[in-house]
Amino acid sequence: MKENTANRSLWKRITSRSEFSIFVGLVVLCVLMSFLSEYFLKVSNIFNILNQISRYGIVSVGMALVIIAGGIDLSVGYVVGLTASLCAYFSSAMALPWFLVLPLTLLVGAVIGLVNGLLVTRVNLVPFIVTMAMGKILSGCTLLLTQGRPIKFQSSLAWLGKGYVGPIPVAVIVMLLTIVLGSIFAQKTLTGRNIYAIGNNERTAQLSGINVKSLKTLTYVITSTLCALCGVIVAGNLSSADATLGVGYETDTIAAVVIGGVAMSGGEGTIWGSLLGAAIIGILKNAFVLLRISAYWQSIVIGIVIIAAVTIDKLRTGSRKA
Amino acid sequence: MSEKIICSISHVCKEFPGVKALDDVNFDVREGEIHAIVGENGAGKSTLMNILSGVYKPTSGKIIFDGKEVSPNAPIEASALGIAMIHQELSLSHTLSVAENIFQARQPKGRFGLIDKKKLYADSRALLDQVGLKDMDPSTLVRNINVSQQQQVEIAKALSQNARFLILDEPTSALTPNETKVLFEIMADLKKKGFTMLYISHKLDEIMSISDRITVLRDGKYIDTLVTKETTITEMISMMVGREYSGGYTRAHYMDDNDYAKAKPLMEVRNLSVKGKVEDVSFTLYEGEVLGLAGLVGAGRSEVLQAVFGADPRVSGQVFVNGVELTRKNTSEAIKHGIGLVPEGRKTQGLYLKFSVEDNMTIVWLNSTLKSLGLINSKSEAEHAQAYRERLRVKTPSLEQRIVNLSGGNQQKAIIARWLMNEPKILFLDEPTQGIDVGAKNEIYEIIDELAASGVSVVMVSSEMQENISLCDRIVVLYEGRITGTIRHSEANEKSIMALMSGQKQ
Repeated sequence: MKENTANRSLWKRITSRSEFSIFVGLVVLCVLMSFLSEYFLKVSNIFNILNQISRYGIVSVGMALVIIAGGIDLSVGYVVGLTASLCAYFSSAMALPWFLVLPLTLLVGAVIGLVNGLLVTRVNLVPFIVTMAMGKILSGCTLLLTQGRPIKFQSSLAWLGKGYVGPIPVAVIVMLLTIVLGSIFAQKTLTGRNIYAIGNNERTAQLSGINVKSLKTLTYVITSTLCALCGVIVAGNLSSADATLGVGYETDTIAAVVIGGVAMSGGEGTIWGSLLGAAIIGILKNAFVLLRISAYWQSIVIGIVIIAAVTIDKLRTGSRKA
Repeated sequence: MSEKIICSISHVCKEFPGVKALDDVNFDVREGEIHAIVGENGAGKSTLMNILSGVYKPTSGKIIFDGKEVSPNAPIEASALGIAMIHQELSLSHTLSVAENIFQARQPKGRFGLIDKKKLYADSRALLDQVGLKDMDPSTLVRNINVSQQQQVEIAKALSQNARFLILDEPTSALTPNETKVLFEIMADLKKKGFTMLYISHKLDEIMSISDRITVLRDGKYIDTLVTKETTITEMISMMVGREYSGGYTRAHYMDDNDYAKAKPLMEVRNLSVKGKVEDVSFTLYEGEVLGLAGLVGAGRSEVLQAVFGADPRVSGQVFVNGVELTRKNTSEAIKHGIGLVPEGRKTQGLYLKFSVEDNMTIVWLNSTLKSLGLINSKSEAEHAQAYRERLRVKTPSLEQRIVNLSGGNQQKAIIARWLMNEPKILFLDEPTQGIDVGAKNEIYEIIDELAASGVSVVMVSSEMQENISLCDRIVVLYEGRITGTIRHSEANEKSIMALMSGQKQ
């Protein structure tokens, strides 16, 4: 996790990390694809992939924090759906300017995360159930708000979803920023370290003077807020929002996080590992399009990749203990 | 009670790596008697019971049961012989009914292989009557009955397996005096019916009232078998502790009257109560003092530490450090006032198993020096960890090593380092030497000695009598959550402590 004067070679330190095997997997996949499709390495395709993964890339930063702290959040997709629709509603029906819409939407996300977190930590409910139920509630709210129809809107906020800085989509920049900030937060700040500590052993963390309940709640707040940011981006990208936005995000983000080396039992893994995980999923999805393989195969292959990644990690940590 | 010998334990030895838990144990149990086994923690009582009930195999020696040599390889084989063990921690399934628990995996089958509920309840009824649960409906879920009733159900379960030889391991540890009385009536009743019972307990007065004979074990060795009517608690205690204190660790200086007259009170605990565990405990901790909290397992020692530290809720009571009351009742408040806690159970409460040695050592220090979004300075973190690794001689290939790969003693030193790095004024040590080897134990004694000499106050909980005697300036003894007495180092010996630990008031 940190540099040390110990005489372990840098190479050994790098290769012993779980992110290394994922990185190797990613490189192999890229090389393979570059032979199979001449379009794959085109700049436009690469930005296309990045643009696609930016959505769940952003959410997976929060998901990684929640899982590292020993929880899970199944409501993410529905938070994206609701906040995207709210963003459209605020901008069209209420005609609010972008500088009000953005904070309002993010605030709604934060409040949802707060409710999730308080139910988990203060009422002592199981996160799986709490966030699943929250997802149901939010999905109903979104349908009530949109009446099942897309809400079209015009706002300068849409720039976040479809704007470009030079050749780079704004959404990709937002994702990279989120990952860099998330990594610094997790790896370098005291709160980040404490979140890992909680995921290791809540009781030990409590005895070390760490405020376990508040920090666990914080991970849910961060996740839902990032979902809201993602909601603004997907709505902006289409200049329209409906209840189907965000569907399936929970599985994609959990997959990215787990492929990226975060243990479901908590306490270990990195944020940028999730970026690698998200990239693998993004490239696989892209590959099916480029190679004109039936999309039905997509979920089969992604499922197999998740199992393979977890198995490899298990074998690797098993051999380290011996 | 007949003179017939039902079980004869002959030259039984049991070795675990590095420990001789039982060393040539020899005694007979007569049919129809209540035979108590007593000894200090670690005397070998549990090992012996586990051998009889088929959990362990003896390294050497024979067990002759009902005239035949037996060597049960599993609890199921022991139960086929008619031996049943009622464990200290009850093993009933809480979500099943009383009847289903009694006949677990042996429910009477009716047509189509379905369970014959009628017969199940009728058979259970008969057994429940025998163990004093005449009013209990066999279909009651176990989670809805209390601990003492659960114990009675356990006994009914043993009877349903045609057990004739019951082993009861600390059966009264979770019972109120009234419930204990009920249990004893059941035991007396079973005795009349010809059942033989081995009874393990720390509570000597109870043993005096229920048993026929008493076997004393000490350090894995058989000491003697006494006839209850002809002995006294004092005699029992002196046999249990036996050896006079020999060698071990000796501190350069222990606090005497002079020191206490000058000593500054650092922490005061007033009327502390923890629900069901601790009752009205008050004591003062002086600067530079090593204070022991002694007591049997379940006497409330750890609970006192955890409640003072703010880790567990207290029902009532006050804690003052340097005259300032700790009111927020959370751990960070205690830590801010200079208290540290090395908890019992390294794996369950002490370690961050997925963290490196360094991360395990620095966590408290980081929390007290940094703001929540403060950036961790890896270099200074590593330097601090390195300094304490050297100071406490933590043996590890590197600081980045995962702590799970270290030996118990080095893990413990890393946890102690975690607190020393925070420069505490008061350090709580709960079973600091549990499960670690002799060398590391001595190093931990030295650390405690050095801390006290430098003015840090230590409160130590240890189940090893010798540690209390050789390290503590004062020992506060608890029995069933209450203080039974306080002993100064000059008067501390195994007999005086053991008497208070068994509930004899000072």
